[in-house]
Amino acid sequence: MSKQKTNSKTKSGIQLILITLFIALVGYVLFSGVSVGVYDIGNVSNNINYGLDLTGGVNVVLEAQATDDDPVTAEKIESAMLTIRQRIDTLGVSEPTITKQGDNRIRVSIPSVSDQEEALDLIGKTAQLEFVGPDGTVILTGKDVVDSKGVMQTDSSGLEKAVVTLQFSEEGTKLFADATQKYIGQAIQIKLDEEIISSPTVNVAITNGEAVIEGIGDIEEAGNLASLIRGGALPVKLVPIEVRTVGPTLGQNSLDKSIYAGIIGVALVLVFMLIFYRGLGIIADLALIIFIIIFMIILTALNVTLTLPGIAGLILTIGMAVDANVIIFERIKEEARLGKSLLTAIDAGFSRAFSTILDSNVTTLIAGFVLFFLGSGSVQGFAVTLILGIIVSMFTAVVITKQLVILLVKTELFKSNTFYGI
Amino acid sequence: MKKNIEVVEKSKIWFAFSLILIAISIGSLFINGLNFGIDFIGGTIVTIELNAPFETSDAKALIEEYDSSADVTYAGEAKTQVIISTKKDLSTEERQALFSKFQEKYNLEDTDLLSIDTVSPSIGAEMANSAMIAAAVAVLLMLVYITFRFEFMFGLAAVIALIHDLIIVLGVYSIFQIQVNSPLIAAMLTILGYSINDTIVVFDRIRENRPKFGKYDFGNLVNTSVTQTLRRSINTSFTTLLAIAALYAFGVPAVQDFALPLMVGIVCGTYSSIFIASALWCKIKEFQASKRSAVKN
Repeated sequence: MSKQKTNSKTKSGIQLILITLFIALVGYVLFSGVSVGVYDIGNVSNNINYGLDLTGGVNVVLEAQATDDDPVTAEKIESAMLTIRQRIDTLGVSEPTITKQGDNRIRVSIPSVSDQEEALDLIGKTAQLEFVGPDGTVILTGKDVVDSKGVMQTDSSGLEKAVVTLQFSEEGTKLFADATQKYIGQAIQIKLDEEIISSPTVNVAITNGEAVIEGIGDIEEAGNLASLIRGGALPVKLVPIEVRTVGPTLGQNSLDKSIYAGIIGVALVLVFMLIFYRGLGIIADLALIIFIIIFMIILTALNVTLTLPGIAGLILTIGMAVDANVIIFERIKEEARLGKSLLTAIDAGFSRAFSTILDSNVTTLIAGFVLFFLGSGSVQGFAVTLILGIIVSMFTAVVITKQLVILLVKTELFKSNTFYGI
Repeated sequence: MKKNIEVVEKSKIWFAFSLILIAISIGSLFINGLNFGIDFIGGTIVTIELNAPFETSDAKALIEEYDSSADVTYAGEAKTQVIISTKKDLSTEERQALFSKFQEKYNLEDTDLLSIDTVSPSIGAEMANSAMIAAAVAVLLMLVYITFRFEFMFGLAAVIALIHDLIIVLGVYSIFQIQVNSPLIAAMLTILGYSINDTIVVFDRIRENRPKFGKYDFGNLVNTSVTQTLRRSINTSFTTLLAIAALYAFGVPAVQDFALPLMVGIVCGTYSSIFIASALWCKIKEFQASKRSAVKN
């Protein structure tokens, strides 16, 4: 054997080992994370943007209700979205997503909410505040309020009670002063969304533009009411037509279980490929691990939100990533059976298999894109990982697997065809 | 040379078998219908962690006032979770009141409210509609692609095989009365993509082998091509099935809703790709050829 050939053999062997080590390193950094000084690199599971079904949260679709004299307009939807955002901000939770759906719907997603019903209550309330005189005239509304707080206040009998304070605007101050002058000795009703929450009796004319709402349950309720009043009323009545919430414990549990199920699924596939395709199986397994690594990197880089259906989509594409390899390997075997040398068979196998992989994956991609553009919510989450997975798997199968197979053959470590399962 | 499987010669058997399956599926769809979940007909599902075993009758008593026909079931590993499902889309106030009752009786924290799903009935109809449109658009686009890359008759045969798969998956849902929710739509569309993927691999081989066979030797062409791709079809479906089955066995209900129809669809899709699609194409071609020669004579 010539020296040159031995050299190329060794070179291929070293390359293959280096690649394997590199994959192992990247995989390790990606999945367990490494701290270098102040930098935390990797740990992809902390960097992935998880969907509400995995972190817990509230997802609600509100539909604007039009009345005969009050149609739903784009401006009203826009301003309602703004109001909702202000209200959610008072909850102090991270990044709500508020999007318009169609002409008259708003989708609100709030991650990591511990009290789901409180959040729902806050989002959907119209919060139309009205001060109504004894004769039924509306004195002023929430629009005339510039500030509002929920505080504890000692009442006339010396008890601490939760109240909501109101500070009126200049115009509101004047209106309120006139009204309290007019209705001395009578009761004024304070209504929220047509419901009387308090009806204090006027003792003296109030000219300083301040008022309090009594009869509130506790300080938390007072705080919520104050923030609703501050945020202002919704310009249109919104009815929740779809509500989906997941508590934080359930979300975490789903994530853990799905990861566990995913690992078992991947392990089964790896073992199957190894048993069935032996030497080529090792390459397919390496390629599959590279596929998962690339997939995860793209997922975090594009900031794709990973949902439960998304995980199902990912597992499905793992199956399909293997499919591309199976097509190629079966083709290589066929070519080898025709009496071709291993390297020629591999070359022919890859080039012949390419059109098959392309056509079969494009048809699946079509389904993926249709799902993405015509689907909603959970279906879209599924479509994103499916599309991403198909594209990445085509790349790993056609480009990466090929290079690895050629390297493995060039090492000439394994010469028997049985090793390659041929 | 391996012996070819007789796809074409025995096509009557496959067609008969498939027709029986389709007849059963359609029959069941007419008689039993589908067991639609809240995604389609609207309703409310509330899951609460009670932290201790409970009696369903106790839970039922608490719900009575809101909907006496509500279903109460257990969930969770220790069966300490209660799932309440009603066909009414309860308002926020009603749900709050309901949870407060449970909170009082079982001494619960706010975080013990595991999940709420409320869907108004109007959304369901919209979703069913958009699903139909999505399926139609997907099939049409695939037909265009296949016609462009292969020929129209391949597309036609592939689409018939697809419809076959989808009817049978729906049939399984109807016969076993498995609840149908939005994940099924996504799963059906995935089956659409996956099953056609399988079929395309076989057709691709037919396209490649065509010059090697006589112009009208469709039978041998199909048999050889199916035999050559058989191992790939089975291996691929098997690995995908392995991965999906793991999801089904160890996953959470939301994922199982996806996994189940996918498993049925993959098995069905593999069968139709091997036995139905190519045989169908062969029959169409033979029919065309016989018509053409009849015209000549």
